[in-house]
Amino acid sequence: MSGGTKALVRQMYDKSGENVIISLRQVSKAFDGETVLDHIDLDIHGNEFVTILGPSGCGKTTTLRIIGGFETPDEGVVMFENRNIAEVPPYKRNINTVFQRYALFPHLNVYENVAFGLRLKKLPEDEIRKSVKEMLRMVNLTGFERRSPATLSGGQQQRVAIARALVNKPKVLRLDEPLGALDLKLRKDMQRELKSMQRLTGITFIYVTHDQEEALSMSDKVIVMANGKIQQIGTPVEIYNEPKNSFVADFIGESNIVDGIMQKDFLVSFAGQTFECTDKGFAKGEPVDVVIRPEDIDLVPVSESMLTGKVTQTTFKGDYYEIIADVDNFKWMIESTDCVEVGATIGLSIDPYEIHVMKKSEYSDMFGDYSTFSDEMDTLSSPDIPVVTEVTEDE
Amino acid sequence: MNKKGLFGKLAAAPHILWAVLFIVGPLIFVLYYAFTDRSGAFTLKNLTSAFSAQYLSVFIRSVVYSLIATLLCLVIAYPVAYSIAQASPKTQKILIMLIMLPMWMNFLIRVYSLMSIIGNAGIINSMLKSMGLPELSMINTPGAVIFGMVYSYLPYMVLPIYTVMSKMDTRLIEAARDLGCNSGQVLSKVILPLSVSGIVSGVTMVFVPSISTFYISQKLGGGNFDLIGDTIERQFLLSNNYNFGAAISLELMILILFCMTFMNRFSDGNESGGMIV
Repeated sequence: MSGGTKALVRQMYDKSGENVIISLRQVSKAFDGETVLDHIDLDIHGNEFVTILGPSGCGKTTTLRIIGGFETPDEGVVMFENRNIAEVPPYKRNINTVFQRYALFPHLNVYENVAFGLRLKKLPEDEIRKSVKEMLRMVNLTGFERRSPATLSGGQQQRVAIARALVNKPKVLRLDEPLGALDLKLRKDMQRELKSMQRLTGITFIYVTHDQEEALSMSDKVIVMANGKIQQIGTPVEIYNEPKNSFVADFIGESNIVDGIMQKDFLVSFAGQTFECTDKGFAKGEPVDVVIRPEDIDLVPVSESMLTGKVTQTTFKGDYYEIIADVDNFKWMIESTDCVEVGATIGLSIDPYEIHVMKKSEYSDMFGDYSTFSDEMDTLSSPDIPVVTEVTEDE
Repeated sequence: MNKKGLFGKLAAAPHILWAVLFIVGPLIFVLYYAFTDRSGAFTLKNLTSAFSAQYLSVFIRSVVYSLIATLLCLVIAYPVAYSIAQASPKTQKILIMLIMLPMWMNFLIRVYSLMSIIGNAGIINSMLKSMGLPELSMINTPGAVIFGMVYSYLPYMVLPIYTVMSKMDTRLIEAARDLGCNSGQVLSKVILPLSVSGIVSGVTMVFVPSISTFYISQKLGGGNFDLIGDTIERQFLLSNNYNFGAAISLELMILILFCMTFMNRFSDGNESGGMIV
């Protein structure tokens, strides 16, 4: 261990307390010379549902693997319950995993799959039987004990995988895109189940996904990653309402991101107009990125409007219309319950608290214009694994 | 449906013809000779005389030698197959090529070259001699015969085990470690059970040719350790006793069939195959 690392470890011992289970400090990792993680700092607390969210290749899976001890960082320290994880052998780490695509043992039946970890701990047989039964009841698979994993549907296999991990009563459960191979309806059901299991057990869940909707609906804390760096850590509400940069703003939900100039505190100008806002602390005349969510823009009569635009496209989305409007050659996305005709001129109004000002970042000018209708969203949020539609007759 | 059925039958015709001519036909001959004497009259004498002390010892020796050879092949091949399956795809191809390379050479030539390696004046002994070490007498021993079997049939053990292992999901190994397995437990609780089907086909593919081999023991055992194969060969080519030769062949076939049925029970319920036989 280098001197610098030792200092880091000492610093982390000093900062112990406040229920931190896992800490990453300045963790870096490269594969074949390509940096996958770039000096990550991260704290994970007890009884917390944490989601690591990011596009393919952002380093989220590598982070999860480092936490589980399946990869060792090139630089930096990983602490598990105030001990350097390198000094704790895997079976003492109290971390279990739900793998992408389940990874159930095909040579064992459901009961033996769930009992696997307990048998390794050499627990008495009646205790194993009790725990496995209890766990299978929790995941609604009572009666499936003798079935082979191959005969189960995707959703059932997923629940066996969760039972197999949770039966060991770990401190931390890692979930690596566990719902990626399930169809939409089943995924929604499993999201709710996972959330309630976390509440019920009090185990810290570390959940990796590229699906922002999944992250927002389940998590206590979301960690947004891109290009091997953490972009933002916060509650789902913080991440959504106060994105730190245009990458986060764009990746989480739909956003209009425009160039602006901060005139002074609480006053920003963009799209040729000056608006009141709620942000402060920027330099006078500082160029900034301004985020406005499509649902926060109000349609008003042109005479009362702050901005006017020409509708180029409307799409019926069920409970609202998605409108693309051209405002001075910048395409805005607006979500409204009012229907407007393509070609119509509409007036837009934005309340001060709906305007979010961000510092310029390396991601500025990459996102937020709907002129190409956001092709980059599709590329960025493309799943790591193809979605397989599962038969859901059991649900 | 009819058309397809007809086409299917036509497509199978060459194989059926082949099977009748070269598999079913000879089997009928074997049965005929085994149950008749030289005059063609029905008898069970051929079959019973194979159980005389002389031939029984040959049978037992064949079973013991081929079992030892199979076990040795398994012990050598398993780690080899495992480490090949761990290598990068490119290296895997090269290593598998190297394993198969000897099989491209004629079997007899390989046995002869073994003779010149382990023979009394062979390569190993001349090397020992040049280093001033005492020479070893290796050829014409049971060990030499078993060595010959292992050398000849090892690739047939490596390949099916490798096939199963290369198809194994590495995340299962990670899952096992995640649930608390150390390396030994990963092997015994996950890798070994999942490679049973490969082991069973490997064992079959080594055991069957080993027990019926007829050349290895003549050349490497100096004719001192007769195996069933040698006995059968002698009945047909030297003694001209087709009836007795056919009887031993039949009994060998039954023995092999029995062994294979026994071994296949192990791989039952292991659907992820590697079964070749």
